[in-house]
Amino acid sequence: MFATFMIDQLDALMLARIQFAFVISFHIVFPAFSIGLASWLAVLEFRWLRTGEPIYAEVYKHWVKIFAVVFGLGVVSGVVMSYQFGTNWAVFSDKAGNVLGPLLAYEVLTAFFLEASFLGIMLFGWGRVSKRMHFASTAIVAIGTLISGFWILAANSFMQTPQGFMMGADGLLYPTDWLEIIFNPSFPYRYAHMMTAAFLTTAFVIGGIGAYYIQSKKHVEHRAHGRVMLGMAMIMAIFVAPAQVLIGDEHGLNTLEHQPAKVAAMEGLWEDERGAALRLFAIPDQENQTNKYEVKIPYVTGLILTHSLDGEVKGLKNWAPEDQPPVIIVFWAFRIMVGIGMLMVLVGLFSLYKYFKKQQFNPESVWFHRAWMMMTPLGFIALLSGWFVTETGRQPWTVYGVIRTAESMSPVAAQQVATTLIGFIVLYIFVFGAGSFYILRLIAQGPKPYTDPAEDNFYEHSVTESQGRALSGDSNPAKGTEEGLDEPANDVDDGGLR
Amino acid sequence: MFNFGDVLDLPLIWGGLIALSVFVYVLLDGFDLGCGILFPFAGSDKNRSRMMNSIAPFWDGNETWLVLGGGGLFAAFPVAYGIIMTGLYLPVTAMLFGLIMRGVAFEFRFKSSSRRHVWDTFFFVGSVVATFSQGIMLGALVQGLEASNRLYTGGPFDWLTPFSIVCGFAMIIGYALLGSTWLIIKTEHTLQVWARQVSRWMLTALLVAMVVVTAFMYFSDIDALEGWFSFPDLLYLAPMPIIVMLLFFIMRKDLKTEREYRPFLLTVALFLMGYIGVCFALFPYIVPYQMTIYEAAAADTSLSFMLIGACIMLPIILSYTAFAYYTFKGKSDHNPMY
Ligand code: HDD
Ligand code: HEM
Ligand code: HEM
Repeated sequence: MFATFMIDQLDALMLARIQFAFVISFHIVFPAFSIGLASWLAVLEFRWLRTGEPIYAEVYKHWVKIFAVVFGLGVVSGVVMSYQFGTNWAVFSDKAGNVLGPLLAYEVLTAFFLEASFLGIMLFGWGRVSKRMHFASTAIVAIGTLISGFWILAANSFMQTPQGFMMGADGLLYPTDWLEIIFNPSFPYRYAHMMTAAFLTTAFVIGGIGAYYIQSKKHVEHRAHGRVMLGMAMIMAIFVAPAQVLIGDEHGLNTLEHQPAKVAAMEGLWEDERGAALRLFAIPDQENQTNKYEVKIPYVTGLILTHSLDGEVKGLKNWAPEDQPPVIIVFWAFRIMVGIGMLMVLVGLFSLYKYFKKQQFNPESVWFHRAWMMMTPLGFIALLSGWFVTETGRQPWTVYGVIRTAESMSPVAAQQVATTLIGFIVLYIFVFGAGSFYILRLIAQGPKPYTDPAEDNFYEHSVTESQGRALSGDSNPAKGTEEGLDEPANDVDDGGLR
Repeated sequence: MFNFGDVLDLPLIWGGLIALSVFVYVLLDGFDLGCGILFPFAGSDKNRSRMMNSIAPFWDGNETWLVLGGGGLFAAFPVAYGIIMTGLYLPVTAMLFGLIMRGVAFEFRFKSSSRRHVWDTFFFVGSVVATFSQGIMLGALVQGLEASNRLYTGGPFDWLTPFSIVCGFAMIIGYALLGSTWLIIKTEHTLQVWARQVSRWMLTALLVAMVVVTAFMYFSDIDALEGWFSFPDLLYLAPMPIIVMLLFFIMRKDLKTEREYRPFLLTVALFLMGYIGVCFALFPYIVPYQMTIYEAAAADTSLSFMLIGACIMLPIILSYTAFAYYTFKGKSDHNPMY
């Protein structure tokens, strides 16, 4: 019934766009977290190898479990992505395949296999391979995530600022210069901005949870772990958050050059404006091509975008209404992202101050730790908002200025798209909900003490099963969890086969 | 830039590479999907943990071959990718749902205790759905798709025929056999005895399935047969039934002995026979009976650029994949692995 209702309201194109936006929004959140976590885990393990302090191993072994869940969710949602192009965007695949296909193929060849194979060693190889080899695996996974981001962002940036191709008589794109395609004008900015975003998002999660361990009465034995986590996250907040503002500013200038309509939408400018004002608040009204309830500060936008007081910024009316992006989404998503970016800088400054007063780990710094805890989810929101700015701002094009979104769609019926969309929504909410639940539960459990020698030969084949069980101690999930309702490793249940 | 189009038959090379990666996918993900199919029947929770542990370090790498198959198809034959994915929209999506369900079960199962049965069910159902959809997709491709003007023109349910459903069941049997022979390698004691038992049943079932599928193709006039029964091909294909029977008998005997590795390898050989049959039937089409690899190929410059990457990366990928399998050699345990 719901399906029929939706079909009445929406056509296949709109449904396909919603489906794409839905599945990629889930996909981006988890890989971005993977990118940040993998690099952080590599640094942690490096510090452990260097210092031999068990605290690093404990934090590592705790977070690697969370990483496994995050990565798993990234993989399953990513496999969906690689088929979305064909199922919903067949015409786009046909037209742009010559250019985008090889980039994605390179991603598979250079990154996905690398990550997937060494992930097995990283998760399960503890004690099977040497410590150095284990560290190498963690590092390789981390590098794999960065390579993965390289190719996918090259593809995405090409869609924003295409170059290095020519349009064939048959309407297909033909590559002429691969270096131009990969290093297209917006790619360096987008790659830098996105990787930084992944690191920041992760850092604020880790720091927030570290602050929670320091504050919480339930986690007194995890304070030391919390200090490691918060300490490392503070470095990111102090140095990288301001850097992100600068990178974002450069990114915006680059967009102004190549996609001025997107910038006009981000700023909510309808008319060309000399010394353009910054709109702090407004409700863009696309139908009447104007803003309602504007609150503005004169000159600021002009100053940011043209670096002069009377520089001119182009307004949206330079483009016909059917060539304008949906302004309200771009406008507000941009404000949310930038707002959170500024909050991150503030938290960085607060951290610097507390660091100089040597109070950063003092459980009495309640407000300081609360600020960090409050920031925990905000990176994800900034990340998604950023993508909404980028992607929505590119509309009505899939490849900017070359292929229109309306001409990209597969010849599928709205019913099929609607049915699968509902399927994705139900499945994702359940699966990703469960994943988030397990992550939160792992966080609530906190790190476990590190028991080196027993752990290290735990997986050797020479160890018999009963020894293995004795050695594994509380690594058995039935014990040590709040649930503990049933005993999965029940000795008598082998009977079924005897 | 790079263009080897004049010296190399690029569409043929890429057709071959994609066929190869699909085959590697079928073997590798086949055994881990097979473990999922057999999962509920393993008798005890500990045995299920052992099954899961025997594949946990590998499943992600295995599934990456599917991404390479799909991504490779997109890259090398974009128009075919568009047509096939549109035509098989629903089974492809069903497969993705199945893969999601089982993929998360790996992580969630060991993290849950009271709700473990939920993830066990997810693992089983997801594996069955993914496998069945793959069989259906294979069947639908062998039947052929309708297309014109570079677009799919058939209906949303064209893939749903008795033949494709039979293929779906055959796929389940085949993967179950891959899974059970894999378990012979990775387990011991009662679980291994059970795996041998299951392998014997599945082996017989697979033989029946192969006969049924072939008979179906023979009696419904599927275009693929032209590929099989035209002159030179017939000559190459004639020994295949004999080889299949031979493999079958060797394997039956093996399953009564202590051999651990050979049943799995024989299963691989059986799959290879079936796969060669399919390739013969479809070649040179990439969108069966509508578009050949030459008509659907991407630009020579694209294929050349990718070929460089494939030549450099595939040997590297194969070697570290081998390293990963070597690292986790030996029998699997039932405890959580980290
Ligand atoms: C390689 C290509 C690619 C990549 C990496 C992304 N997108 Fe995208 N996006 C598209 C390729 C694309 C597209 C195929 O071009 C879509 C589908 C239909 C459309 O309008 O553009 C699109 C649409 C689209 C829309 C709908 C826009 C609208 O219709 O107004 C949203 C909200 C997003 N995407 C969000 C994202 C997010 C959160 C991403 C983070 C990873 C992302 N996209 C990465
Ligand atoms: C439409 C676009 C996209 C497609 C088709 C896609 C495809 C995929 C696939 C198939 C996987 C699973 C690989 C495996 O089996 O291991 C994956 C994982 C990954 N993706 Fe994407 N992806 C897309 C967008 C993105 C974006 C925008 C980013 C971030 C910059 C990204 C970063 C990653 C990373 C780092 C991984 C590995 C880590 C993980 O699985 O969590 N992807 N992607
Ligand atoms: C105040 C600082 C920031 C500024 C000025 C800024 C600026 C921008 C701009 C102009 C875009 C649009 C790019 C385009 O047109 O294609 C963008 C995109 C994006 N932003 Fe930001 N940003 C800031 C902070 C952040 C933060 C803190 C995060 C996340 C933690 C973030 C994540 C993203 C992402 C993921 C995208 C989309 C990917 C991309 O195009 O790079 N941004 N940002």
